[in-house]
Amino acid sequence: MITCRELIDFLMAYCDGELPPDQRATFEKHLSLCPPCVAYLKTYQQAVCLGKAVCAEEEKEPQPVPEELVKAILAARGKK
Amino acid sequence: MAWHDQRQPLSFPPPRVTIPAFMSNVLPDIEAGEGGLPGDETALLASLRAGDAAAFERLVRDYGGRMLAVTRRFLANDEDAQDAVQEAFLSAFKALDRFEGQSRLGTWLHRIAVNAALMKLRTRKSRPQEQSADELLPQFHADGHQAHPTSGWRDEGLAALERRETRDLVRRSIENLPENYRIVLLLRDIEGKDTEETAELLGMTPNAVKTRLHRARMALRELLDPHLRGASL
Repeated sequence: MITCRELIDFLMAYCDGELPPDQRATFEKHLSLCPPCVAYLKTYQQAVCLGKAVCAEEEKEPQPVPEELVKAILAARGKK
Repeated sequence: MAWHDQRQPLSFPPPRVTIPAFMSNVLPDIEAGEGGLPGDETALLASLRAGDAAAFERLVRDYGGRMLAVTRRFLANDEDAQDAVQEAFLSAFKALDRFEGQSRLGTWLHRIAVNAALMKLRTRKSRPQEQSADELLPQFHADGHQAHPTSGWRDEGLAALERRETRDLVRRSIENLPENYRIVLLLRDIEGKDTEETAELLGMTPNAVKTRLHRARMALRELLDPHLRGASL
């Protein structure tokens, strides 16, 4: 059976469906017996989701552009 | 309808064209749109092309905030982020005649902002005293077991983001990733670029991009873990 280290090393390939069936089966056998690796997989996926969600939200409700930056951009445009 | 939708269907996928990164700001916009720009963007674009000063100010105020959010993520430094936004707008002003309106104005400006941030990264010196990447990767015993067995996070899912402290935590954690990890994570997971495109933008091999992305994700997980495990925020 693979170790936790081996599972975590290839976690991205597993999540992306890139493992051939026999390796996938080996992965899932380990997961069925290792709660810490199940937790690692879940929190790995949650970290990615949280990152995407926060960045999407930042763009949906951005902070206003600092006034000095607006002026600098328009002034630079005026010089071109 | 985009030009490529008007062709006869092929029996096999067309070859992928790799566009050099330095040309992505200046090529005609060929993304499929929804029948062109919405009316207000069409009017704004016309005013911009006519040189209307008020239109330029409106463009900066309407889109600058989003662009600044993008460049801040890449550059993790307000001054550099603002410089990149200024460069992005100046690039956009020069390229207005080449913008064909196949995507939204915001999408086009977003792409320009990402490229301006990448350009800024190339020209600045590396940040001093960045956290060692090894500390952010999982540790294992000699027998391959996790040295610090993982336990789950509070199962709130995305509802946790309703709390500002969670959003700030995630934002800070991305910002605190070592730069080379952060850039790959942003390009792949946030900007949605595929492995090959990311590799070309960064001058890396696709396999190196995959390895670095996995490490970036593990590092982000590691930075979030102490705050999201168990106890309430």
